[in-house]
Formats: sequence, C-alpha cells, structure tokens
Amino acid sequence: MLIKHRKASDVLGSEITSKSVFDDRRRFLKTAALAGAGLAASTLPTLPAYAARTPLDGVQKSKWSAESLPENDPVNSYEDITSYNNFYEFGTGKSDPKENAQEFEPRPWEIMVEGACAKPGKISFEDLIKPHTLEERVYRFRCVEAWSMVVPWVGVPLGDILKRFEPTADARYVYFETLLDPERMPGQRAPVLNWPYKEGLRMDEAMNPLSILAVGLYGEVIPNQNGAPVRLVVPWKYGFKSIKSIVKIKFQKEMPPTSWNEAAAREYGFYSNVNPAVRHPRWSQASERRIGEIFKRKTLMFNGYEEEVAGLYTDMDLRKWF
Amino acid sequence: MIATTMSDAGTVAGAQRSKPAKKRDPMVWVIKPAVWVLCLAPLAWLGWLVADAVFFGGRGLTANPVEFINRYLGDWALRILLVALAVTPVRILTGWKQAVRLRRLLGLFAFFYVALHVANYVILDQFFDWTAIWNDIVRRWYITVGMLALLCLIPLAVTSTKGWIKRMGGRNWNKLHKAVYIAGAAACLHFFMMRKGLQYEPLVYGAIFAGLMAVRAVEPLKRRIAAS
Repeated sequence: MLIKHRKASDVLGSEITSKSVFDDRRRFLKTAALAGAGLAASTLPTLPAYAARTPLDGVQKSKWSAESLPENDPVNSYEDITSYNNFYEFGTGKSDPKENAQEFEPRPWEIMVEGACAKPGKISFEDLIKPHTLEERVYRFRCVEAWSMVVPWVGVPLGDILKRFEPTADARYVYFETLLDPERMPGQRAPVLNWPYKEGLRMDEAMNPLSILAVGLYGEVIPNQNGAPVRLVVPWKYGFKSIKSIVKIKFQKEMPPTSWNEAAAREYGFYSNVNPAVRHPRWSQASERRIGEIFKRKTLMFNGYEEEVAGLYTDMDLRKWF
Repeated sequence: MIATTMSDAGTVAGAQRSKPAKKRDPMVWVIKPAVWVLCLAPLAWLGWLVADAVFFGGRGLTANPVEFINRYLGDWALRILLVALAVTPVRILTGWKQAVRLRRLLGLFAFFYVALHVANYVILDQFFDWTAIWNDIVRRWYITVGMLALLCLIPLAVTSTKGWIKRMGGRNWNKLHKAVYIAGAAACLHFFMMRKGLQYEPLVYGAIFAGLMAVRAVEPLKRRIAAS
C-alpha cells in the first residue's frame, strides 16, 4: 500500500481553485476595471493626446518654412532645442528644465482672458487653439545671452486668437502671465524673479503676422521644457519676451510690467527687439553663437525680420526704447 | 617643471620641515599626491566630456559647449581658490600647522583653472577678437571684475617660487600675497554679477569666502584680548 507523506508545501486537491471559479474571478476583475475606466472617462472632457512627441494633425506649411531660410540657417536638432533651455520656473541651469519638467502635467489647462475686450472669460487650452489651423513656422530664435537657434515651431497666429476676444479701443497693450505653481514648477520656490513671469506686447506687435502662440515643435506636441502647453513666439525680439506656459492674457491701456524689466530695468527694456547696434550691459549684441557652431556670427537687425517688423518702430529711438 | 616647483615645499613651509626627513613625510607621500589627483580630476572629467562629445556624440557639454566649458572652468577656479583660502582658517581652527604646506600648491591649481577659464574665453568664445575683448572689459562690469581677479593672481603665481621669496624678502612677499584676498572677493563678485536674477549659488560662495575671512580676522583679535 502506498502511504503518502504530505509535506507542508504540498497543495491539497481541495485547495486548488477550480478552472471555472478562476475564470469567474478574472472576468469579474476585467469588468470591474472596464467599468471604472468608463466611469472616469465619462466624467472627463475628451482630450486630445498631449504627451510630448505626439504628432500634431493637420499642420499646414507656411511662408516661413525651413526652405525659405538662407542656407546658413539650418534647423537645429530636436535634441538641441529641447535640452538647452532658459525656463527658470524649472531651474536656472540650461539642462534643468529638461530634467525638472518631465513630471509637469500641462493638462487640464485654462487661460484667463481679461481686460479691455468684449469677450473676457476663462477658456480651456483646447477651445483656445481648436478653431485655428496649425501652421509650421520655422523661425530664428535669438536669446539675449547671445546664442541662437533655428526652431520649427507649430502654432497659430496670435492676432487671429486675440481678435476672437474682441479687444476694445483701450486695448493698446496685451499682457501675458505664466502659471504660478511652485508645487509643479520647482524653480518658483526660489525668488530668482518676482513670480509669476510676466510679459507683454504692444497691440500692433501682437497683431503682426510673425507673432504666434506655439503649441508644437517639429510637428509634435511641444515638450514641457519648451513652454507647454502654449507659449508666445516673437522672433524679432530676444527670447525672454516669448513667455511660456501662459495662463493669463489681459488687454490693457498702459504698458504692462515685465519680469526681467522689473528685475533689472537698466538691462531689459519693454521692447527688447533684437538689435546689434544697441548693446546690453552684459553682452555685446553685435554677434551671437548659433547653437551647433563654435564661432560667432553677426547678429541681424530685428533678428533678420526687418522687412516684417521695421514699420512698427519707424518713429522710435530704438536706443531709448531698447 | 611645474611639478618640481610645486611639489617641493616653499621656504615658508620648509622652515617648518626642520626635523630630519628620514621618516617618510606623509605630506610629501600621501597628502600632496592626493591634492594633485583631486585638483586634476575636474580637468580629466572635462577632457572625457570633450572626447565623448567628439568621438561618440556625447551630450555632456550641452548644446553650447563653449559656454559649458567656460562656466565649468570658472566654477572650479573659484572652488579651488576658496580651498586655498581655507588653508589658514583650517590651521587656526584645527591647529594642524602642516596645512600651510598645501597653500602654494592649491593656489597654483586655482590659478591654473583661472588661466584655462580665461584661455577658453579668449580662444573659443571670442576667437582672439581683441576689440571685442577690450569692449567686454571696459563695458561689462562682471568681466571687469573678473579681470581684476586675474590681474591680482598673475603676480602671485609668478612670485610663488623659492627664488622670488628670497629676492623679495619674506615680509614684502607676504604683503604682496595679501592680494589673494582681493582676488577672492573679486572672483565671488564676478560670479554673482554674471548670474541673472537673484540666485542662491553665488551667494553661497560669497558666504564661504566671508566666513573664511572672518576666521582670519578672529585670530589676531583673540591674541589681542589674551594679551590685554
């Protein structure tokens, strides 16, 4: 007769879950998970995919294409554009934004529109952008620190967006503000600047066809470190004018305060047009280093966009209004 | 060449090495070599970053290598200068008199990084554009202040040899070498002015410098109090 000695680790037949019970449990878990997800989905608005590197649909070519630029202005690599950033909300080092902005969730996102306009109010990022055609705009980008890049932005003409809010005659300037949230923007925990970041344009500058609100880069959703979900791009001005991660747009009569001007008025003017003839206390602006090159090149008046924007400043002393 | 002048102790230190050097001196055999290794490590790391970028497409130098190298060398010049300035406070606070024998080596290493920092600026950043360099010095105060630090350090590096101490006489030599305090202050200010906005990092360096100066000031004060 065979006597079986049971070891502690041996499983009794009665302990084994029957196939049918096992399948039932699986089915229950699956349904429960699906139901949960469905419930969550039904309460959330339908959002387009927004993770960086997600391709954007329906991007149209524009007159400012890569091909329209001179041969010595090749487009910078995605790696260069997304790893070398001044975005003090995520740290003051050039590599800090890429490192510290990864966790940042630029959704859901709302923009407060206020001031001298007929249709003020809060608007979601999606509603702000959706009515417009996305355009590729390949622009030179000149930082006040005397380096530059060529960036293939995807965006919408700023003027087209602003018109929807019907600015009144009092709207002589437009003011922008970046998100203030030290929890999500660790750089704001230090008083590097008087947060939130503030910027502004004269209304005619804002309405210039060159001015855009950018939502993409290289045909894809803009990465956090470059100012997700929506940022300004004004390519004839020094880079710091192109405010990132915008949450407020305000039309007003008076010239608005701007962050760098508040921090050092002698160094950063309201206009801050790229101008090789007007030197900065920290940098000669006569030349610049193109990222990817070692030796400097001459800086162009209005960053090479003289034809488009020189008319905005015909009667102005650009030395005084730097 | 530099190695021999730097590794044998100067007269100031030499005076303290009066005991017969039969026993292996840990200062010569352990501590100084360690200082050499530690002070050359940042340069070796930079060399690796450059090689990695050139041969393997590494991105350690960032998208703007000239700026990165400039800041990296400047950072290390200032750090080592502060370590050199910490020698006397360490002696005061710990009573470890041998520390003084490291002072010249550390000072020369600080100058070495300063020289590389300036060379990078002149060669890679401005590419020998002397007009642009002169304009920078006259117009941009943080560069003016940086140049002041350099000007203070050059005579100190030149007169760091035994021969110069003899030629000048200890008293004059000591007086001249007080210029390192101006260089230290100027270097901290240069760093502070170069950063935009209100940033903590230069303030930390400034505070360390101020602390080191305070320790120096406290010792003669104590002596005076003890004497009275």
